Amino acid sequence: MYNGFAIVAGLVIFFAMLTAPFALGTMTKQYKEPELKLPVNEKECIESTEYMRTNHMQLLNEWRDWALRDGKRTYTNHAGKEFSISLQNTCMKCHTSKADFCDKCHNDAGVSPYCWDCHVQPEGLK
Amino acid sequence: MKNSRRTFIKLAGIAAAGLAVAPKKVLASSGGHSPVKVNATASHAKHWAMVIDTTKLHTAEAIDELAKVCHHIHNVPSIEGKKEVKWLWHDTYGHSFPEQENPHLAEEVHERVFPLLCNHCENPPCVRVCPTKATFQRPDGIVAMDYHRCIGCRYCMAGCPYGSRSFNWGDPRLNLDMANLNPEFPTRMRGVVEKCNFCVERLAVGKQPACVEASNGAMFFGDLKDPDSEVRKVLREKFTIRRKPSAGTEPSVYYII
Ligand code: SF4
Ligand code: SF4
Ligand code: SF4
Repeated sequence: MYNGFAIVAGLVIFFAMLTAPFALGTMTKQYKEPELKLPVNEKECIESTEYMRTNHMQLLNEWRDWALRDGKRTYTNHAGKEFSISLQNTCMKCHTSKADFCDKCHNDAGVSPYCWDCHVQPEGLK
Repeated sequence: MKNSRRTFIKLAGIAAAGLAVAPKKVLASSGGHSPVKVNATASHAKHWAMVIDTTKLHTAEAIDELAKVCHHIHNVPSIEGKKEVKWLWHDTYGHSFPEQENPHLAEEVHERVFPLLCNHCENPPCVRVCPTKATFQRPDGIVAMDYHRCIGCRYCMAGCPYGSRSFNWGDPRLNLDMANLNPEFPTRMRGVVEKCNFCVERLAVGKQPACVEASNGAMFFGDLKDPDSEVRKVLREKFTIRRKPSAGTEPSVYYII
């Protein structure tokens, strides 16, 4: 092969770089779910933990339209319990710290929702 | 050959059936039980309207007091000059009612200042021009804003004949007293337009608008479509005018002169 060594070496480097993220990923430690600070006085969220974990973003999206656009501000959950639709006055009354709850997962997942550009976090603004 | 194609088609059929089922399952878990309704304590009206008695409320100090209440509960930033943000403010007779001026107007009336706010027009140009429907009219007549949608194009500001809207040129939080925020109401962000919301958040829990409550009986609020409501009673008994009738917007804010 003409220039065989260079080609093979090049290929090896190319594949090493290509697979580096995967290799590094399996070599370094496993992803651990962040430890959240859960509300002290409440055992249950408005829906099941599972449901909230996967759907809270969609639920909040629906909440904002229901409250603001449709003027419907009372939410009945699957168990038939009623809640006032409000990020600040319902969610944040239990989850009293954005830093110890919201940010933990959002930081790990690299998402920065812009809710906080307007809504006031429970620890207040400086 | 034939056999495997047959299996493939069968499997594809099952997968398609699965797809057809899946969204329904998702729907059911997101609340196929129609989970929302209006608050039990909410006040209702076919069309909300306000009447302001300017024989009682006509000094800058008194109006500024009310503006302070409104601006505090809605976290409206205080900025001086052209970048001012205001939901409730005051102005002269000539500026408030330019079409109804005449050179021989009673001096006393001419010297009053008038409380101004969004008129929650029945025929609001701001709604018509808003390309995102961030400004919309609720069935109860309130012209509301959905700040989540506003793109800051300011068409609504050009459309409003009353200057009822303010633009956030910068982050409003820079001009808010952070230690004295109302934590129950959001702030806005840079680049959105804002205005008086007729206190929808208070009506939703059965309260009157904050300015009306603080006005010592100089302001009335109620259902314009209900002939027995207080606003209709006042409108029947007193002479009232509205701002810029020629604009054809049909304001829901009436002024007793
Ligand atoms: S006063 Fe201006 S902002 Fe308010 S509803 Fe009328 S046109 Fe729209
Ligand atoms: S500035 Fe916002 S509310 Fe006004 S017209 Fe544009 S999108 Fe609509
Ligand atoms: S109705 Fe509410 S939002 Fe509008 S000026 Fe009065 S206090 Fe402010």
